[in-house]
Amino acid sequence: MSSTNLPIAKAITAGLRDALRADDKVLLMGEDIGVLGGVFRVTDGLHAEFGSQRVVDTPLAEAGIVGTSVGLAVRGYRPVVEIQFDGFVYPAFNQITTQVAKMHNRTNGTVHMPIVIRIPHGGGIGAIEHHSESPEALFAHTAGLRILAPSNAQDAYWMTRQAIECEDPVIMLEPKKRYWVKGDVDPDQRPELSPWQAEVVRPGTDATLLAWGPSMPLALESAEAAAEDGIELEVIDARSLAPVDYPTIAASVRRTGRLLITHEAPVLGGLGAEIAARLTEECFYHLEAPVIRVGGYHLPYPPARMEHAYLPDLDRVLDGVDRLLEH
Amino acid sequence: MIQLLAADGTRTPHAELDEVLAGRGGEDDLASPQRLRGYYRDMVMIRAADLEATSLQRQGQLGLWASALGQEAAQIGAGHASREQDYLVPTYREHGIAWARGIEPWRLLESYRGVSHGGWDPNELRTHPYMIVLGSQAPHAVGYAMGLQRDGVVGTGDPETDTAVLALFGDGASSEGEVSESFTFAASFDAPVVFFTQNNQWAISVPTSVQSRVPLAQRSRGWGIPSVRVDGNDVLAILAAVREALDAARAGEGPRFIEAVTYRMAAHTTSDDTSRYRPSSEEEEWAEKDPILRLRRHLEQLEEIDEAFIARCDEEAHDLAMALHHHIHGMEDPDPVGMFTHAYAEPHPIVEAEREQYLDYIAQFEDEGDDVGRDDAAEQKGELA
Repeated sequence: MSSTNLPIAKAITAGLRDALRADDKVLLMGEDIGVLGGVFRVTDGLHAEFGSQRVVDTPLAEAGIVGTSVGLAVRGYRPVVEIQFDGFVYPAFNQITTQVAKMHNRTNGTVHMPIVIRIPHGGGIGAIEHHSESPEALFAHTAGLRILAPSNAQDAYWMTRQAIECEDPVIMLEPKKRYWVKGDVDPDQRPELSPWQAEVVRPGTDATLLAWGPSMPLALESAEAAAEDGIELEVIDARSLAPVDYPTIAASVRRTGRLLITHEAPVLGGLGAEIAARLTEECFYHLEAPVIRVGGYHLPYPPARMEHAYLPDLDRVLDGVDRLLEH
Repeated sequence: MIQLLAADGTRTPHAELDEVLAGRGGEDDLASPQRLRGYYRDMVMIRAADLEATSLQRQGQLGLWASALGQEAAQIGAGHASREQDYLVPTYREHGIAWARGIEPWRLLESYRGVSHGGWDPNELRTHPYMIVLGSQAPHAVGYAMGLQRDGVVGTGDPETDTAVLALFGDGASSEGEVSESFTFAASFDAPVVFFTQNNQWAISVPTSVQSRVPLAQRSRGWGIPSVRVDGNDVLAILAAVREALDAARAGEGPRFIEAVTYRMAAHTTSDDTSRYRPSSEEEEWAEKDPILRLRRHLEQLEEIDEAFIARCDEEAHDLAMALHHHIHGMEDPDPVGMFTHAYAEPHPIVEAEREQYLDYIAQFEDEGDDVGRDDAAEQKGELA
């Protein structure tokens, strides 16, 4: 075992470094990712080690960054692109949804798109407009894309490696407010759990609480608080948002009979809505209550001084748990 | 505007470009009589296929067709100016480019007929898929060119090794932001890419004059990308300009931009109605500049073409159109189960589950003897297992 205690940001750095070393077709592209090491310093040191041909500082043009990565992928490269903040991915939305997601299909399977699009994800950091978005449902709705949402350092390292190895395009939603939270990483031991599987991180009997990425600490905190009231929540980290690992979630719901989903994105049309609908269909006779969602409101992400009211917090999740158990 | 052939077929000498056309001599001479006859044949062939495709659409055999009538010289010229190793990135109207790259016309029609979203392997034929979302392919071209740089196949001095990318889009697409971003990337990284815009005067119903205050060729200059404006109905001028630009890109001199001034003789697509927005006098004016007629006149002046050759070309073109007609009429609809095959390269549980669900659904109809025109679902499920 060579486990190392690393912040999530540095676990991703290690994942990128090891991927660059393992395959000379891997290259990184993005704004300020070279000498500066990225605005969050996730690519720190990689430019010095691998040079400007493999760690490419690009012009400030998101559609151009993603669009050129398509051409590089056709040529046989495995581009890993960084979008500085989640709200800046929208200028590249056309390239991601009409090109990256569809090229494999359009070429009858002859061209692969092993592109990774890294996006710092979520709010709660007191940032200005466009720096705290949760676009996962927009991309999860697009066939051809995969989405991973690590919530801890071990997943951050391995999902980075596995996303780069994947022959399909992968969007990596990195929990930006947890970039500096440390955890054990073992880069020598490939995890048994597939990156496309959810993980039951805390067993429980009274209800299932599903979350991902930046919401995972809240989910675990909520489970501990509920336990003090004698309510045992089973907490699941979805990990993969496209595809969602329905079998693992459904198995839990069949055990507990209740499901609460919490995410930062607006509830309306969010990924929680899709999961709730599918779980209702699959587990209807096991459910003892309607699926409850606790998330953002149907609003543009608010100015930072109001985000505490917008984002799910302990009280809102526990309120959701109460509503769930009322039935 | 660069022009080597006047509308009446008269050849205008050009010191620099004539040298480009002559190439290294011998088989590389792009303006040899044999080559000129070849371009003429190609243009006649692709026009026949194009007209037949329009006819097939009117017969209900195609969902849509985007004609390239009038743009044959721009496309056949640009296609033949490229070298085999170059990668070409077309839009959805590049039938002459496809022909020059050896893509059979019936493969172009696959997407227009609705049996597939694409018809060829881009890497095998070094030609990107047809692109519907305007301008989206331009950054792909630059990215591919950046890959060429990393592969060390730019500026080696070996003409068999050095490679470039030809990115094609129309005047309408040149208004898209992604084209501008592509200029930025190409210039920033000195990417070996030649942007080739066919200005066919109309973006559906919007004329170029509404899209740009300046000739399109001037646009790239703001990025420091050298550009030229070429008569797009003059196959020799196109050949020379594109070959010269691709040679420069292959040599590591960075990107170039070419505006080919041409005319879309037909409608934007078979759904369009040109009578609503453009005068017939304009169409008549441009008919005089017909690129096929122009080359024929030039060959006649050179006494390098005779009635027998012209008749043979026409006969071949007719045969091609008939073959296309029969091929499309005989083309069976694909098994819908195939739509589940290439959404992802790696196994995907949701898609697999939905495929199973679909097979179960259609299996219900088999017991009822309902011929839904699909393969035996049970058998397919067995194969999957």
